[in-house]
Amino acid sequence: MDDFGKLEEISKGIRRDVLTMLNKAGSGHSGGSLSVTDILVALYFGGIMKYDPQRPDWEDRDRLVLSKGHACPALYAVLAEAGFFDKQLLWTLRQLGSPLQGHPDSKKLPGIEASTGSLGNGISQAVGMSLAAKVLHKRYNVFCIIGDGEMQEGLVYEALMAAAHYKLSNLTVIVDNNGLQIDGQCRDVMNIYPIKEKFEAFNFRTYEISGHSYKNLIDTLTTAKRNVVSPTAIIARTVKGMGVSFMSNRVEYHGVAPSDTELAKALEELR
Amino acid sequence: MEKKATREAYGKALVEIGKDKRVVVLDADLSGSTKSAEFKKTYPDRFFNIGIAESNMVDIAAGMALSGLKPYASSFAVFITGRAFEPVRQSICYQNLHVVLCGSHSGISVGEDGGSHQSVADIALMRSLPNMKVVVPADYNEAFAVVSATMDMEGPVYIRTSRAKSPLITNKPSFEIGKAEVLKKGSDATLIACGMMSYIALEAAKLLKKDNINVEVINSPSVKPLDEDTIYNSAKKTQRVFTFEEHSIIGGLGSAVCEFLSENLPVYTIKTGLEDVFGESGTKDDLFCKFGFTKESFAKKIKDKLYG
Repeated sequence: MDDFGKLEEISKGIRRDVLTMLNKAGSGHSGGSLSVTDILVALYFGGIMKYDPQRPDWEDRDRLVLSKGHACPALYAVLAEAGFFDKQLLWTLRQLGSPLQGHPDSKKLPGIEASTGSLGNGISQAVGMSLAAKVLHKRYNVFCIIGDGEMQEGLVYEALMAAAHYKLSNLTVIVDNNGLQIDGQCRDVMNIYPIKEKFEAFNFRTYEISGHSYKNLIDTLTTAKRNVVSPTAIIARTVKGMGVSFMSNRVEYHGVAPSDTELAKALEELR
Repeated sequence: MEKKATREAYGKALVEIGKDKRVVVLDADLSGSTKSAEFKKTYPDRFFNIGIAESNMVDIAAGMALSGLKPYASSFAVFITGRAFEPVRQSICYQNLHVVLCGSHSGISVGEDGGSHQSVADIALMRSLPNMKVVVPADYNEAFAVVSATMDMEGPVYIRTSRAKSPLITNKPSFEIGKAEVLKKGSDATLIACGMMSYIALEAAKLLKKDNINVEVINSPSVKPLDEDTIYNSAKKTQRVFTFEEHSIIGGLGSAVCEFLSENLPVYTIKTGLEDVFGESGTKDDLFCKFGFTKESFAKKIKDKLYG
């Protein structure tokens, strides 16, 4: 099995965990968790990010901010797989007292870099982390995943402007471009396109790739890390509900957990 | 009597605490007005102008705090608490980050800029957020002590400063969060004030003295947490409480005092502030006259309520 094959195996396991967690929780965001899974797997298991699960507060670690916080089931499953906490915790998602909150909480769970969920605030905090690296003379990288629907929040553009102004070459913004949001297609709800030109206008070095191709993801993320001139944007074209045929590209699964029957069917597909 | 603005203390104190290399200062294109520009002069590498983008400034401060820095972010009170309310809630308070927010040009004493720039609800907004501490210094000396003291505090802090100069009435070298100060002892009523209103309350007390009314005056810069002991002891003695603030009577110092007293010592309490209205353009003095923020107006109100 080649390296990408291994990542694909990991991602299947992550998707199975995500759906099982959501089914047990009885609520949560299936579609966006599945679309972002390969991006997260590439970052954490594709040799891109520098981290130590035994030392989640290690000063020189690379940071991942999931600005589209509602996709946290995928991040939780990835962090458990990476060894940040016991995998059994996954099955407590959204329950009273669980560190796995409905949206990521940096105070409760190791590996969560910023509390997010209120859209737009994550990317702006990521800019702060990138700027802090300059003050502290640190060489860490900051990766921030935003949703495409999130690009309707004005704060996103304030963050992009500041990132370019301060030449934050240690920052990479990844757009999980699955084309859908709660109320329908992004282009129908409030058109966010063109995306690439927007980032370019803000002086980001911008790439448009498939968010499900490990070769594309790892090549581009590696290039992004080497960029010392400007921040980088990666528009990752993804499929909402990726990996599960009956959830793929279906807006109904944005904020819905799979039923027992749906879970069984999905796990069958993800074997 | 020497007069200085609390915003000037913010700038001076930042330079002092800036000796600690973890201190970073952010502003949103108002550094000359908020006085954070003082810090920029001394430590240009640790000053960040975020442009006219208060929400972004607050979130960036949050990201910096998460990375081990001690951020101080300032803008006009109306913008940093209003425009940036969501980042303050989600990123600063929800994560209980040690970020110090300074809202300058608070209240109506901004004057000529008018109602759009006058903050009448910032204390209410900040006080409502879990983890947030709210401090309204009475004068330059106290503001300087407050900013210095934030270095040893934990979690989020909101400091409310003013554009207008006001007389120096305090001289304590240090500030302790949650502590009020009895500026004048008395037994007929308790006056509790913050910000510039503490000076006016003291002056009103002098006027009342001429009528043989002897009031106690408490300067309560720490609106949250409130100095409950000092307020309780005074209210128990006088049984009559008056609050004064350059803010709406809804949600500010007066509300905080009422919330505490109603559960612990239900005594007659009268709030003075803006009566659920916005401000308008005018000189500070004209506005203070119009909205009843003068010693004569305070004294008359107290007399009327006590003996009217």
